[in-house]
Amino acid sequence: MSLPIDGPAASPSLRVRVNRERCQGHARCVVLAPELFAVDGFGEAHEIADGWVSSGFEDKAWLAKANCPELAIDIERPEEENA
Amino acid sequence: MTGRAPVADWATDFDHLDPAWIENPYPIWDELRRTCPVAHTERFSGVYLPVRYEDIRTVAYDPVHFSSRRIVIREGQTTLPPSPPVTSDPPAHRGERRMLLPAFTPDAVSKLEPRTRALCRELLDRLSDKSNCDGAIDYAQEIPTRLTAHMLGLSEGAGEQFRKWVHEYFELSVTDPTIAKRVTAELFAFFGAEIEKRRASPRDDLISYLLKVRIDGQPIDDNDINGTLRLLLFAGIDTTWSAIGTCLWHLATHGDDRKRLADDPQLIPTAVEEFLRAYAPVTVAREIVKDTEIGGRPCKQGQMVMLAFGAANRDPAMFPDAARIVVDRAVNRHAAFGLGIHRCIGSTLARMEIRVALEEWLGRFPDFVLTAGAVVKWSAGTVRGPRQLPITLGRR
Repeated sequence: MSLPIDGPAASPSLRVRVNRERCQGHARCVVLAPELFAVDGFGEAHEIADGWVSSGFEDKAWLAKANCPELAIDIERPEEENA
Repeated sequence: MTGRAPVADWATDFDHLDPAWIENPYPIWDELRRTCPVAHTERFSGVYLPVRYEDIRTVAYDPVHFSSRRIVIREGQTTLPPSPPVTSDPPAHRGERRMLLPAFTPDAVSKLEPRTRALCRELLDRLSDKSNCDGAIDYAQEIPTRLTAHMLGLSEGAGEQFRKWVHEYFELSVTDPTIAKRVTAELFAFFGAEIEKRRASPRDDLISYLLKVRIDGQPIDDNDINGTLRLLLFAGIDTTWSAIGTCLWHLATHGDDRKRLADDPQLIPTAVEEFLRAYAPVTVAREIVKDTEIGGRPCKQGQMVMLAFGAANRDPAMFPDAARIVVDRAVNRHAAFGLGIHRCIGSTLARMEIRVALEEWLGRFPDFVLTAGAVVKWSAGTVRGPRQLPITLGRR
């Protein structure tokens, strides 16, 4: 997996993804990490900016994942996959 | 509740109307989790009770075996008209739920926050020269009743009638199902008249919204609108009222937590999650529509399953130090609003109401305790919260 050319400047080490099949709209991710997640007009969550986690927001990504009651948030570590 | 046969054994004869359960169900669930993770009772024509997080989650995720067509455990098998989407199963459920979702998004809820804060302040103003009050009656119950009336475009003074209906429906009807039928009929007539008024002249409220909305291009049948309104009334009132009351009870009895939140209101949202985990007010049920098993225990078609989300939330396999209330617990994947397709549609609304209620209360009355010698009374049945909560108020 390669980073997009116009990706965030400080090459992010994490990428979050909301599994739309599992998400039931509890909105915990949006409350805990509004920089990384948003909801649509039905309150269902999606990741912002293709899920790339800017440097400094890694803890929020993990916090959102750890608080999702439906286990709908996945976190990828592109660097490790490339290694 | 008088005249009920005492519980012989919680694993084989549990009764959610037993005084011990009403007063403090947590030790009962903890003991069952250690000894018999799926209990059963012959009462109420047969009910299973899983108490492990994993088992409760499995049932919540399986609408094929566990139907929502009956979600309240009552004596007899009274059939009540449906209240979509809570009483619906797939595939009808999805569209019925989807039409309601836009009214409960974080954006929609944040528009209601100023009204909520203002009404909390009005209630607190009435207590400003008092040294005692009832936290459940004077404060907690008023907030969701008035806000629900506001959302439905009804007079906030309609709250008293709402409370009567809610009490009858959730508490009195458990042992006398004819009450559920009567309340349902009264509400049907009440909302029928409101629907007609909105049809004649639409307003900016939820009833008008339901008349306008389409599922697959079709308007919603009046009976279903009526059922949905009944659901919004029932689901939005004594649940949130119970949650706010329980938070006040906890803070009145745990001075350290009270002080901490009064000094650091930023912590309130995290603490609210912990109170929801530890004291999840809502228990729902499912009807078993196909023989199956829960956690290895065979379950018979036609019987019910009680989903005590509060029991799931106290499972030490899921929550470290589950019995302890940790107001800054950072990882809290609790199930207070249910799991799966029937996740409480009003969860964001309820969270906002509880948070604002605590922020405003603690801002006004940072010091308060249970009134010495007074008795706290808890509700019985589907929703658990204090119905009498005598509080002695201090001031900053």
